[in-house]
Amino acid sequence: MAGKVKWVTDIEKSVLINNFEKRGWVQVTENEDWNFYWMSVQTIRNVFSVEAGYRLSDDQIVNHFPNHYELTRKDLMVKNIKRYRKELEKEGSPLAEKDENGKYLYLDFVPVTYMLPADYNLFVEEFRKSPSSTWIMKPCGKAQGKGIFLINKLSQIKKWSRDSKTSSFVSQSNKEAYVISLYINNPLLIGGRKFDLRLYVLVSTYRPLRCYMYKLGFCRFCTVKYTPSTSELDNMFVHLTNVAIQKHGEDYNHIHGGKWTVSNLRLYLESTRGKEVTSKLFDDIHWIIVQSLKAVAPVMNNDKHCFECYGYDIIIDDKLKPWLIEVNASPSLTSSTANDRILKYDEELAQGDGADRELRSRQGQSLGPRAGRSRDSGRTVLTTWK
Amino acid sequence: MLQEESDLSLIIAQIVQKLKGSNLYSQLERQAWASLQRPEIKLESLKEDIKEFFKISGWEKKLQNAVYSELSVFPLPSHPAAPPEHLKEPLVYMRKAQGSWEKRILKSLNSMCTELSIPLARKRPVGEQKELLNKWNEMGTDEPDLSLFRPVYAPKDFLEVLINLRNPNYENGDSLSFRTHLGLIQVPLKVKDIPELKECFVELGLNIGQLGIDDSTQVPPELFENEHVRIGQKVLAEQDSAAAQQYIRQGSPTALRAELWALILNISSQPEDVLYYEQLKTNVIQHDLLVDSLIYKDVKLTASNDDYYFVFEDYLYQVLLCFSRDTSVLSHFAFNSASPPKSYIRGKLGLEEYAVFYPPNGVIPFHGFSMYVAPLCFLYHEPSKLYQIFREMYVRFFFRLHSISSHPSGIVSLCLLFETLLQTYLPQLFYHLREIGAQPLRISFKWMVRAFSGYLATDQLLLLWDRILGYNSLEILAVLAAAVFAFRAVNLMEVTSLAAAEAVLADLSTLKVMPLLQIFLFATVT
Repeated sequence: MAGKVKWVTDIEKSVLINNFEKRGWVQVTENEDWNFYWMSVQTIRNVFSVEAGYRLSDDQIVNHFPNHYELTRKDLMVKNIKRYRKELEKEGSPLAEKDENGKYLYLDFVPVTYMLPADYNLFVEEFRKSPSSTWIMKPCGKAQGKGIFLINKLSQIKKWSRDSKTSSFVSQSNKEAYVISLYINNPLLIGGRKFDLRLYVLVSTYRPLRCYMYKLGFCRFCTVKYTPSTSELDNMFVHLTNVAIQKHGEDYNHIHGGKWTVSNLRLYLESTRGKEVTSKLFDDIHWIIVQSLKAVAPVMNNDKHCFECYGYDIIIDDKLKPWLIEVNASPSLTSSTANDRILKYDEELAQGDGADRELRSRQGQSLGPRAGRSRDSGRTVLTTWK
Repeated sequence: MLQEESDLSLIIAQIVQKLKGSNLYSQLERQAWASLQRPEIKLESLKEDIKEFFKISGWEKKLQNAVYSELSVFPLPSHPAAPPEHLKEPLVYMRKAQGSWEKRILKSLNSMCTELSIPLARKRPVGEQKELLNKWNEMGTDEPDLSLFRPVYAPKDFLEVLINLRNPNYENGDSLSFRTHLGLIQVPLKVKDIPELKECFVELGLNIGQLGIDDSTQVPPELFENEHVRIGQKVLAEQDSAAAQQYIRQGSPTALRAELWALILNISSQPEDVLYYEQLKTNVIQHDLLVDSLIYKDVKLTASNDDYYFVFEDYLYQVLLCFSRDTSVLSHFAFNSASPPKSYIRGKLGLEEYAVFYPPNGVIPFHGFSMYVAPLCFLYHEPSKLYQIFREMYVRFFFRLHSISSHPSGIVSLCLLFETLLQTYLPQLFYHLREIGAQPLRISFKWMVRAFSGYLATDQLLLLWDRILGYNSLEILAVLAAAVFAFRAVNLMEVTSLAAAEAVLADLSTLKVMPLLQIFLFATVT
């Protein structure tokens, strides 16, 4: 690769542009000869479509895998994980061990989820088992908390399916699939507030699987006090932690944006709950991430011109068990607060470093406690799997 | 020798007096009575047997901790003939200065009352009480209009008062000598120099393992950490305050800190303590105080906007509102140069028998007060425990940061220590900043008044507060302030204005406290 890296992007985000410029890379247009294209998921669809017949050359790299949606669409992710578990079970793998209630001991990390309308009957069966539970409905293809609502009665879902059939404005998307997941109704609260974790993971290849975890992830807090009471089901500010949603809340604070660094979370948990359970929680989170990637690895089109930066959304319950909620292909690159700028700019730097370094993942090496140490913060860490 | 002995007996008498009224005393008495049923307690050796029983059952340790706690809170008794105000502050001009500062604060508070025509206190109507009770856990969602309220004072107002402090018996003279103090603080108080500080903070030495330092040269840090955690667990198992205090000088492991601090502060969180907190809560619900609005405003202005502490906004109200009602805080005024402000029942102004302390705990919050509580929220998630720890931290340490006194941990001494350290060990920097009108104390004062809370990253702040507890002294704050200047000396030598100097020192959140302290204390050529 002689000379400077030529880059293109169709996402005008300062966090990208600043980091490219910092490296002395040269901006070109997409019609010119480029080496590095940071593109939106829409663009990637065109690039890899049959009609486009685009062929990437040896010195070109893009920031998505062609079928990234296997992981980043809510329904496909769940489908892949379910399949992965079944396969392991068939192989007789010890990872697929179950407890006396038939729950996986090591692979039970996504809330019970069904596709709608396809799995409606299965869902009803499950719903009747525990009629007092709350479920969360999410459109498969949307992000940032759009189209999400909570239900706790079967009649609500019937009404929804009726409405979406008759309502005219839904007609263009009436084939839109939803997933319905058991709502985590015992989330860990800090200062009385609910939060979720947003962690960034970079995959440079799926076969062999090589991934890097960014150390400066963050917690996103709800601005309104958490109450599990059903009367608040309509108040989305209580339940959803997406910044895109929270920004509309009256109490949104523009200085910190309701965000806490993961190192704050670690300090708080270690101080109030002890080191052992805290380390276990972070090990469990790494485990979830690696397992979710392994679940999609066989179906992923492992194009050597691709890498991808995923935004993992994880909720921790009050027993300190982490749950994988979803994975985003285009995690927000906007920095809305000063801390964000630090968080996100460092991340870009770290990504660059990670891509430059030639690190091999070694199978069989367990995730040491060092994996998430904030001490050498700002660096990516090679995450290996058990 | 004779003097020492009589001092000792005086201390013992004082502590016995103090503990006799305590809950521990009645518990011990009850235990002693109950122990009579035991077969091993014999009538012929009653006294010895009961002592032995106390030892085995752990009550002796509790008594020891209580005595130790009294020793570290209360000042040593002065000459029996000395008047009680000497316990508060031995220097007359300091007492006077504190008195007139209090008058100013009170005047400002009263005029705010008059301006806004809001009473100092009122009973809440029943409906309002219910409402408050319902939203006790989410007071932060309330947005009352507080635009008319202003903090009674901010650290910079207080600094002006300290700058104008003079000792009337001290001839400053016009002749400049090498002893002349070029800083803002112009009162002669004895402060430590670096050799004395080295002796005092000997456990922070370069050859001694520290938590908060990554690259100890002698022992691999992992090895030290593991060993240190092991010892810490032993200290906790022993439940010995004095050992915990010694131990924490090398820093506390994160997972043990909450318990270690509670042990050092002798906070055990008994059911009656929880009850006491609930009582304070009831007081808050029944009565509305003007200071509540000040607390509310302060939290909104400081902690709610803080990257680390915004999560705990509601805990801060739950602690601070209760604190303002807590009359047990009043007892610390016996050794605080400040005195609780008085208010009179309407129409009885000046009549002592109608005087009440206002607020009931005698402490008027100022801008930034809530930052004394905020870092503790990382350690204690149970409000009543959090409350007790804060109250003890306040009556042991924090009150000294906003009272005018000559105490070595008092803010005046800290300011003078800071300025003297800079002037002595970084004379060029000190002179340069002074010349461009950027007196270092103008920048560092707010750090010290808040004990660095809100300036350092929380993990670093907790490492710093470990040492405050470990050495039972606030002097480390002045040393750290000077160390920060030393660390940024090169950049500071280049600035030409106060604003530029402030910009260089605006963000302390990336600093590592322990290396800075070590380098300043032990690697500076003296």
